Amino acid sequence: MSVWIAVIATGLGCYALKLGGLVTPRRMLDDPRVRRFTELVPVALLTALIAVQTLTDGRTLELDAARLAGLGAAVAALLLRAPFLVVLVVAAGVAAGLRLLGL
Amino acid sequence: MRDGLSVGVAVGVSGLAFGAAAITAGLTVAQACALSLLAFTGASQFALAGVIGGGGGLVAGTLGAVLLGGRNALYGMRLAATLGVRGRRRLAAAHVVIDETAAVATAQRGPAAARAGFYTTAITLYLAWNLTTLLGAVGAARLGDPEAVGLDVLGPAAFLALLWPRLTGGRAAVRVAVAAAVVAVAATPVLPPGVPVMLAAVAALPALLGRRAAP
Repeated sequence: MSVWIAVIATGLGCYALKLGGLVTPRRMLDDPRVRRFTELVPVALLTALIAVQTLTDGRTLELDAARLAGLGAAVAALLLRAPFLVVLVVAAGVAAGLRLLGL
Repeated sequence: MRDGLSVGVAVGVSGLAFGAAAITAGLTVAQACALSLLAFTGASQFALAGVIGGGGGLVAGTLGAVLLGGRNALYGMRLAATLGVRGRRRLAAAHVVIDETAAVATAQRGPAAARAGFYTTAITLYLAWNLTTLLGAVGAARLGDPEAVGLDVLGPAAFLALLWPRLTGGRAAVRVAVAAAVVAVAATPVLPPGVPVMLAAVAALPALLGRRAAP
């Protein structure tokens, strides 16, 4: 049940932000510091998510070779300018392949 | 129009990945679909699923997901004049102000093309994203062990792909990224799951200081 509350709250919160942007006067964006901050917050959050999901399990640090290799494969695919979905398939495929080999 | 269709279909298919990641994280098929219908902003959806999958606090997970949706407010500010919508139409248009629709709209010459691009992307992507979320969720729900097929890598790989253009865009972003990763990993053993990710947002704070932001 509580997961449902989180799902609905996330939906409402995300919608409120989208609507808020459409109705906010544009001059809020005029301060370059505010603009930079709002551009960098997603960078911080996304990197934190990558780090936590790759390097930890619950509250302990964990190095899973297959998962790290999968993420490395994603980096290689991105360097080769692969499209979004190809990056994901390559990453999951490498991790799955290594686990199949017993790593 | 053509930009909108191709972006909508190409990105929309990624709903497969979200559906699969949500099931891997322990959400039900209905919860995955509700997120795609209600939140309709990929990174936030992956974020909430990721925190739930990590056994994390739902409050922190929700706050992180919503905070991540903050960039949509910026797109809205930029698009408001171009779209020029009022009343009930504004309530509907707001729901589809996201990375992709903003990108297509701002890439067009002239307001008419921008509006056409925005709505084409919005409708195509909304349909594709929700349909493929359902397919991905149902498909993953039938798999025995999601880790065996590498689905646990989908979340981090998706975040990396979303982050990539920003990382290659400037040194400030790389500095923030490194700091955020260090904060989040260091805080993981001592704070409840989900909170370290929220805490990592402080890595962006230096951007608020100083008269001129660093390049």
